[in-house]
Amino acid sequence: MNRPRAVEIRGVSHRYDQRRALADVSLEIQQGEIFVFLGPNGGGKTTLFRLLSTLLPVQTGTIHVLGLDASRQLLAVRAALGVVFQSPSVDPKLTVAENVRCQAVLYGLRGRELRRRETELLAQLGLAERSRERVERLSGGLRRRVELAKGMLHRPRVLLLDEPSTGLDPAARGDLWQYLGHLRDEFGVTVILTSHLLEEAERADRIAILSEGQLVAVDTPPALRASVGGDLITIQCRQPGELGPQIQRQLGLAVQQFDGQLRVETPDGTRWLASIMEQFPGQVDSITLGKPTLEDVFIHRTGHRLWQPADQTR
Amino acid sequence: MTADGGTRHRDDLSAEAGPSPGSGAGATRGAGWRAAGMLCWREIVRFLRQRNRIVGAIGQPLLFWLLFGTGLKQSFRLSPAGMESGQTFQQYYFPGTLLLILLFTAIFATISVIEDRREGFLQSVLVAPVPRWSLVLGKVLGGSLLALGQGLLFLILMLAISAPPSLASLLAIVGLLFVSALGLTSLGLVLAWRMQSTQGFHAIMSLVLMPLWLLSGAFFPAPRLDAQAGVLDWTIGMVMQVNPLTYAVAGLRQLMFPELPAATLGLPALPVCWLVTAVFAAVAFVAAWWIAGRRTTGDAQ
Repeated sequence: MNRPRAVEIRGVSHRYDQRRALADVSLEIQQGEIFVFLGPNGGGKTTLFRLLSTLLPVQTGTIHVLGLDASRQLLAVRAALGVVFQSPSVDPKLTVAENVRCQAVLYGLRGRELRRRETELLAQLGLAERSRERVERLSGGLRRRVELAKGMLHRPRVLLLDEPSTGLDPAARGDLWQYLGHLRDEFGVTVILTSHLLEEAERADRIAILSEGQLVAVDTPPALRASVGGDLITIQCRQPGELGPQIQRQLGLAVQQFDGQLRVETPDGTRWLASIMEQFPGQVDSITLGKPTLEDVFIHRTGHRLWQPADQTR
Repeated sequence: MTADGGTRHRDDLSAEAGPSPGSGAGATRGAGWRAAGMLCWREIVRFLRQRNRIVGAIGQPLLFWLLFGTGLKQSFRLSPAGMESGQTFQQYYFPGTLLLILLFTAIFATISVIEDRREGFLQSVLVAPVPRWSLVLGKVLGGSLLALGQGLLFLILMLAISAPPSLASLLAIVGLLFVSALGLTSLGLVLAWRMQSTQGFHAIMSLVLMPLWLLSGAFFPAPRLDAQAGVLDWTIGMVMQVNPLTYAVAGLRQLMFPELPAATLGLPALPVCWLVTAVFAAVAFVAAWWIAGRRTTGDAQ
C-alpha cells in the first residue's frame, strides 16, 4: 500500500461564524476514481470543495491530497491539484490563449512544453480556432471549456470540479463526462466533482451523499441503490394517512409516507404489488413498481428530497 | 474576526515546501517572480483594453488642473516667500496634480482587485502554487507602472508652463513618482483587498484618499504654526506633517522647480522627502502582503 490515496479526509468540520457547514466528515478517495459529492445546496459539498481546493484553511481535522498535508504542504498540494470553479475564473478581457498562458505561469509551465500542451488541449476542447478571441466574446459553453483547459493545463493528478455541469446543455454535459472518463482511463487522473444532479452522479465510480453538513453515505451507485432494497413500490392515494398503516398492519410491510405518497421498499415487489391491489381495491389511485434511484437513496437516508422547494430559492 | 482568521492560517507558511510530486512542472524558486511578472503584464493589458479607464484616469486630473489653475488664479495669493520665486498657481498646483494622477491610477488599479474577485479570476490565483507575495507584487507593480506612465504623459505638459528640467532632475522625478506610485498602489490594495464591491471603495476614496491628497500641500501650503494659529490650523498643520503624501509633493515640487526657496517656504528637505516616501512605500507594501496572505472565508465566493 505504497500508493497514497488521492484524497484522505479525517474528522473535518467547518464553521462559518455561527453556522455549521460540515460536521466530522471522514472519507477516502482512491486514485483513478471519478468521485461525486452529491447533495442539495447548503448540504456542505461546496465547503468541502473549498477546503480541498485550499481556498479555505482547514479548521478541524486533516485533509491529505496524494499523501500531502493540505495545511502544512500547501504549495505542493496546490501544484498537484487542478481546480475548476463553478463561478468563472477566466479573465474576460484576455484572449483564450492569454488566459491559458496566465495559468501556465502560475503552475510553472513554459517553453516548448507549454506550447505543446496548449495546442493539444485547445484542440481537444475544440477551442483551437477561437484561441485569439477575448473570452468576453465567447458563449457560456465555450467559456466553461476554457475553464476546463485552465484546470487541466498542468496535467494535475487530481482534478477538482465544482458543479461543472452548471450552464451546460445536455449535449455539452455528455461531452464533459466523456472527457472526464478519458482523463481517468488514459492518464489515471482522479476526478472529484460536486453535483446536485442525480443523473450526473449515476455516472460516477463512487458517490458521497452530503446533507446538512453530514456525510450520509459513500458507495458506488449500484451499491447505494441496492441498500434501499430490491424494488420500490410507490402508491398514489387520496388518504395516505389511513392506507399506510393499513398496509403495514395487514401485509407486514414497512411503509414510508412521503410527499403525499406511500413508499414501500421490498425485495419482492411484484408479489406485494399484486397483494396491495387485491386487498385495498378502490383506495389506490395509481401504483408503480420500480428500481430505486439515487433520489430514493437520498430520501431513504435523509427523509427528504434532494430538491426541497426551499433549496431552489438559493 | 472570523473563526478561521489569525496568523496560523498565513498562506505563506509552506512557501518553502518542495516541488510537487503531482505535476511534471513543480513550483520552482523563480515561479513567484514569473507569476508576479505575468500579473503585472495582465494589469497593463487590461488597462489598455478598457478605454474608459484611460480617459478617466488622465482626464479628470487634467480637467482639475486646467479649471482650478485658471479659475483660482485670481483668488490665489502667494506668500511673500513664494512671490520671490514668481510662481503662478498653475505652477504651484502642478506637482500636486501629478500626485493626483498617481492617486487616481492607484485607485483604479486596486479597484481591479475587487473586479478580479467578482469576476472570479482571483480565485484561480489564490489556489495556484505560487506564494502570495508574487500576487501582491504583480498587482502593485502593474498599477505603479500604469500610474507612472500616465504621470509621465502629464509631465510633458510641464514644458508648457516652465523650462524643461535637467536630465538628472527628470530622472529623479521619475524615480520619486515611481516610489510614490508603489506606496499608493499598495495602500489601495490594503483598502480594497477585503472589499466586496466598488461602491464601498468610493466611500473610502472620499473619506480617506481625497483628504489625504488635499492635505498634502498639493492644493494649499501648510498653515504657519505661530502665535496666531488657531486650533484648526494646528490640526491641519499636524496632519499635513504626518501625511506621507506631503513629502512626495514637496519632493516633486523641489525637483521640478529647483529655484524655489524650499526652507523659507517651510518645505521639508529633499532627502527627507525621499526617505519618507520610500518608507511609506515599504510599509504599505508589507501591509498589502500581510493582508493578502491570510486565507479567510471572504476568499470564497
